[in-house]
Amino acid sequence: MIGALIIVFREVLEAGLVVGIVLAATKGLAHRGLWVGFGVVGGTLGSAIVALFAGQLSALFEGTGQELFNAAILAVAVVMLAWHLSWMASHGRELTAELKSVGREVAAGRRPLTALAVVVGVAVLREGAEVVLFLYGILAAGGTTAASVALGGLLGIAAGAGVSAAIYFGLTAIPVRHLFRLTTVLIALLAAGLAAQCVGILQSAGYMQSLSTPLWNTSGILAEDSIAGRILHTLIGYTDQPSGLQLLVYLGIIALIVALTRWSSYQAAQPRPRHP
Amino acid sequence: MNAHAGQCAGNFINGFHFMARSFIYALILLAIGAGGGAAISAGAQNAKYTSADASGQIVVILQNHAFSPAEIRVPAGKRVQILVKNVDATAEEFDSPALKVEKVIGGGSEGVVRLRPLDPGSYPFTGEYHSDTAKGVVVAE
Repeated sequence: MIGALIIVFREVLEAGLVVGIVLAATKGLAHRGLWVGFGVVGGTLGSAIVALFAGQLSALFEGTGQELFNAAILAVAVVMLAWHLSWMASHGRELTAELKSVGREVAAGRRPLTALAVVVGVAVLREGAEVVLFLYGILAAGGTTAASVALGGLLGIAAGAGVSAAIYFGLTAIPVRHLFRLTTVLIALLAAGLAAQCVGILQSAGYMQSLSTPLWNTSGILAEDSIAGRILHTLIGYTDQPSGLQLLVYLGIIALIVALTRWSSYQAAQPRPRHP
Repeated sequence: MNAHAGQCAGNFINGFHFMARSFIYALILLAIGAGGGAAISAGAQNAKYTSADASGQIVVILQNHAFSPAEIRVPAGKRVQILVKNVDATAEEFDSPALKVEKVIGGGSEGVVRLRPLDPGSYPFTGEYHSDTAKGVVVAE
């Protein structure tokens, strides 16, 4: 039971961290609960489908189907996060100023919410598929342990959701003006980390083999598969043995996002002859 | 052997012919030595490394939530592919932070795990869903 609890807990926590940050970043936006809910439900359904076809998916592209699929959905998440940040850069000021009366921002707010719903969906899909496969395997095996494992799984979901909720409430206790600045940084690091993960997956599948040797190994200080390591892995893309290309992509995405948000906020500050 | 040959050559600096001759001897010795060494290492290779199938993949069977062979010996600095055949009915995740591999292998199916060129050393892996029994190690040397 403890084994099941730990496995499910860390997968739920990894997805929950992303959901928590997204919820904090959209505080005050109308209908955000609905959009994030779409993401969670869509991701859960998707993870069941992915789990169902895990064997077939894996066999595609000379056995690299699974890696290509994971890399593709991670790439989608990175694009969506960058899109959200650039939108926040051009609308963030109005948002903060008019947080109490965001009614008329809703129309404009729909676009980045779609983006973030996709990000939530991707996070839930990735981690959820592993939970489904694991729990299904145990339950299919049956026997006396099945019930206790199922209980462990449920407790794991509850614990993961609890910690994620605590992080969300911790974040939203921060005054709004600082909150958005912080969530902007968090989302930029999240995006960079996901991009580095995407590269890591592709490299493990035999693609993009340039700069594939690990630059350093900090697993002695903080192992990536420890709970703290996993949390940092999700939040800022911590990797105990990053390859050269992973580091390049990580830094490149941060640079790109900084440039994009600067440009967006500069555009927003320009006097506009007509409303877009 | 190189250092030894250099030392020999260095000792005979008083005669050019002597030096040239000893240099040639050294070369011949080196050639024989290298050839012999290669032959020995080729002979040892079969015993030293886990053997691969016709397509060059090392086959590892996962049955009753345990890997067989559980110790996989591979040459350091070379790309190696492991074909994990999951005979069990349920899915397993081949997981190794050290190898930077995470791969789900469905029940009754198989998956290719690609290893990057490894430095000499031991790289443990587990089947994450049954990590108490599904344990193994890749040894690169």
